[in-house]
Amino acid sequence: MINGTVVTLSRIQFASTALYHFLFVPLTLGLSFLLAAIETVYVTTGKSIYKDMARFWGKLLMINFALGVATGLTMEFQFGTNWSFYSGFVGDIFGAPLAIEGLMAFFMESTFIGLMVFGWERLSRGQHLAVTWLVAFGSNLSALWILVANSFMQNPRGAAFDPLTMRMQLTSFQQLIFNPDAQSKFVHTSVAGYVTAAIFVAGVSAYYMLRNRHVDLAKRSFRMAALFGVLATIAVITLGDALGFVDARVQPTKLAAMEAVWQSEPAPMPFNLIAFPSQAKRENLGAVRVPYLLSLLVTHSLSGTVPGADALERRAVQQIEGGIPAVQALKVLARDPGNAAALAEFNAHRKDLGYGFLVQRYAPDLNDVTPAQMERAARDIMPPVAAVFWSFRVMVALGLLMLAYFVIAVLYTLRNKIQRKTWLLKMGVWMIPVPFIANEAGWLVAELGRQPWTVFDVLPTWMSASTHSVAYMAFSLIGFLVLYTAFIAVEMYLMVRAIKLGPAVHGDSGGASAQPRPSLAPRVAPAAPYGGKLEG
Amino acid sequence: MELYATLQVIWWLLLGVLLMGLAVMVGMDMGVGAILRYVGRTDVERRIALNIIGPHWDGNQVWFILGGGAIFAAFPLIYATAFSGFYVVMLLLLWTMIMRPLGFEYRSQLASPAWRNVWDWVFLISGAVPMIVFGAAFGNLFHGVPFHFTWDMTSYYTGSFLGLLNPFAIATGVLALSLSVTMGGLTVMNGAEGALLQRARTLAQLGAGVGIALFALCGIWVHALGGYQLLSGPGPGVPQTPLQQSVAVVQGGWLANYAAHPVLWLLPLAGFAGMAGALLAARAARSHLGWWLGALAWIGVIGTAGAALFPFMLPSSTDPSMSLTLWNSSSSRTTLAWMVGFAVFFVPLILWYTSWAFWVMRGKVTAEQITHGDEHAY
Ligand code: HDD
Ligand code: HEM
Ligand code: HEM
Repeated sequence: MINGTVVTLSRIQFASTALYHFLFVPLTLGLSFLLAAIETVYVTTGKSIYKDMARFWGKLLMINFALGVATGLTMEFQFGTNWSFYSGFVGDIFGAPLAIEGLMAFFMESTFIGLMVFGWERLSRGQHLAVTWLVAFGSNLSALWILVANSFMQNPRGAAFDPLTMRMQLTSFQQLIFNPDAQSKFVHTSVAGYVTAAIFVAGVSAYYMLRNRHVDLAKRSFRMAALFGVLATIAVITLGDALGFVDARVQPTKLAAMEAVWQSEPAPMPFNLIAFPSQAKRENLGAVRVPYLLSLLVTHSLSGTVPGADALERRAVQQIEGGIPAVQALKVLARDPGNAAALAEFNAHRKDLGYGFLVQRYAPDLNDVTPAQMERAARDIMPPVAAVFWSFRVMVALGLLMLAYFVIAVLYTLRNKIQRKTWLLKMGVWMIPVPFIANEAGWLVAELGRQPWTVFDVLPTWMSASTHSVAYMAFSLIGFLVLYTAFIAVEMYLMVRAIKLGPAVHGDSGGASAQPRPSLAPRVAPAAPYGGKLEG
Repeated sequence: MELYATLQVIWWLLLGVLLMGLAVMVGMDMGVGAILRYVGRTDVERRIALNIIGPHWDGNQVWFILGGGAIFAAFPLIYATAFSGFYVVMLLLLWTMIMRPLGFEYRSQLASPAWRNVWDWVFLISGAVPMIVFGAAFGNLFHGVPFHFTWDMTSYYTGSFLGLLNPFAIATGVLALSLSVTMGGLTVMNGAEGALLQRARTLAQLGAGVGIALFALCGIWVHALGGYQLLSGPGPGVPQTPLQQSVAVVQGGWLANYAAHPVLWLLPLAGFAGMAGALLAARAARSHLGWWLGALAWIGVIGTAGAALFPFMLPSSTDPSMSLTLWNSSSSRTTLAWMVGFAVFFVPLILWYTSWAFWVMRGKVTAEQITHGDEHAY
């Protein structure tokens, strides 16, 4: 049995490296699209100011991109290094989207981003624009495939356990990729990336306007960001609502935690605007409630209900009772794959297999499981309610805040009054961290809310980790801590510096008509002197 | 052959192709990183070397990511067992590799010599360490790796970090490094001129020379190692776990496939011919030809190892009968079939647009371009 401390440390490591990766991903997702939009304007109007804009925002994108790539590498290998049982158990299904992501998305994005940065002089305008769009599509496709993988963990479809290989196997590829969870998740997440980029561009532009620098570039950028942002924020909120709808059907425990519903109640149910959930007492130590609202929000009707933790736990006890014979039959099949009686027994109980694993934590050999042990395992099915509840509230509140900001910004920027509204510009600068916090909060809801499972209803987290020693885990955690701290310090320094320096060429060339296409630059230029002095 | 068994063999071959792609494409960039401090004596020279691979390193690195993803998708049990077993080594690989993207993007953003010097060291470490680890991992396969399974396929690794640094593995690790130095040198030669080109040329020859010696040494050495032989098991194309076979360890057994199929000797021959050819081409300053011969060398070397190990993929030294083969560690038929479809469509597409990217960026990189031209240059 895997040491509990090792599991906890593995969770901390995975969670922190993933949250860290997701500090950089949304900006790449959104900024690459904004960049493509800006360049499209450049190519269609021929105004060189838009080229300056594309190059400037492109430079900031690259500073961010480097860390996205670096931290993504960690993620790709961490399933194997730290979640080895998990990887063997669902790799047949889960590995496929990850490999497809490499084939379809990462190659495209990474190959063309090199051309996007280095190819300005060597590609025709149309070609360069195509390359920039391919980068944007590539980054969004990578989000699609990773979220298909993640949605399998939230809602495992298209797979079944095979006792001959002792693992989950793919039964339907279509069901895997057309998982409804994956669709709403993909749109919500990538659009959240657009919101992030919009806030970022608007914030940096506001900073220039406040200082009266690069005003032309900043005004145009701000306007595009505000328009892009208001649409994206509306979409994020609408799709967030859709995501909650999906959760309600497939992950009732997550939904109960998001809304802090301990006891089932008759419809129409009230909504906990604020609550202080206590995991130990299984109740809220005080709450501000809005009547009827929960039924309305979650089921879009007054007659719908949300099952509370009490009902879900009662059902879990029955599932545990079914899961025990399933695991025991598997043990027989492991030694004797041809045993027909054991196979029949397993098939009779296979749908509860995960719950058998769940109780194994308290009764490792599964002989004579006591009702108290079952009770304890059943209580485990609720995720950490307070953390999920509050992360959800933070995400939603920040989403509404950003919507308000963008609506006002759009009104003023369309009336060309934005430069005079210093309060709004100052607010814009302060808004820069907001989408990043909302993103992280969103992932906390999604991933903490999935606990105690790595694969919902199928594989408990406590079994999923690798059989490392505590010392190994401490070593790796400290290593990541040191490296990642250094990385973010360097990144923030360079980003702030690049923003303060501003675009290399700006504003005043705006309006110049189309420039002649540069000839193929002289890579075969006259041999230059190999000077010894350092260049800035 | 039954469809499932055919798919297993196809994926074993495809994985080989991906590992070769990884070795050639990532190996060349890492080679450039590893030799950067030596070939570039001035900052401008170092920047030229970096900008030669500048437009391509990120695309090339995806071969590495895809290698990981493809093992996960096609041989999940290998992914799970090897990556967790080699934990400390994997961390070394990761921690050094993740510094490299930052090196490219951040090194030339500040003018301070101290800052740039730090990143040049990063390039040395993040070039040399991953290649040594990559080669040493292969070397360890020939020794067997200390792991075993319980009934539910939980894997336990019982070796130590130092155990992975045995002499044979060190030899294969340095072999991988010297091949990547050869490729790095040839790549710099392709895009540079003058003194930089000359120093790269020296290193390319040195790398190939060391590579030939080490490859020959490993070839002799492998006669003394215990090779694994599959005695019985459910066989190809049958769903199974690694608990159902029996395996013997015989001295020199890794050469059994070569004895049975002498045509396989073409693989080591390709390895030697590629390295010798790369050496001569570098000497003759024919760097493009040399690059292709270096790629041939990688194909030969990796092919040699794969052919010796077949059907084993991760031999267990704790209990040889629990060794992972392509028959007992592959994905299901459905997954393999779908993934073959994706690979058949996307690998040629990737090769096509990658070639286009190299073609667009062809030619020499000059000091002029870097210092007065592109503000985005590394
Ligand atoms: C700018 C960021 C942002 C904003 C403003 C919102 N979200 Fe969100 N949300 C995310 C960024 C995000 C995310 C980071 O993209 C998550 C994490 C996992 C996922 O699929 O998307 C997420 C997850 C997530 C989940 C959990 C998904 C799961 O369980 O798998 C729900 C139910 C919502 N969101 C709902 C909302 C609602 C109702 C919002 C209304 C304001 C909202 N989100 C705004
Ligand atoms: C980048 C965005 C993501 C973030 C910020 C994130 C966050 C987290 C967090 C906070 C946890 C810890 C939960 C806990 O242990 O209590 C976690 C666990 C985990 N997540 Fe995610 N996650 C992300 C994306 C993904 C994706 C896309 C996948 C799968 C493809 C994934 C797979 C896992 C796994 C395997 C675990 C460990 C097992 C577990 O604790 O349940 N995560 N993640
Ligand atoms: C936890 C599972 C995850 C894994 C294994 C993973 C893996 C990776 C890898 C290997 C890279 C580097 C690619 C390159 O070299 O170009 C990367 C970057 C990226 N990832 Fe992740 N990722 C994970 C989570 C996510 C999530 C949840 C999203 C989006 C919703 C995402 C979106 C991206 C994007 C857009 C990039 C490219 C842009 C950038 O590097 O910033 N990833 N990821």
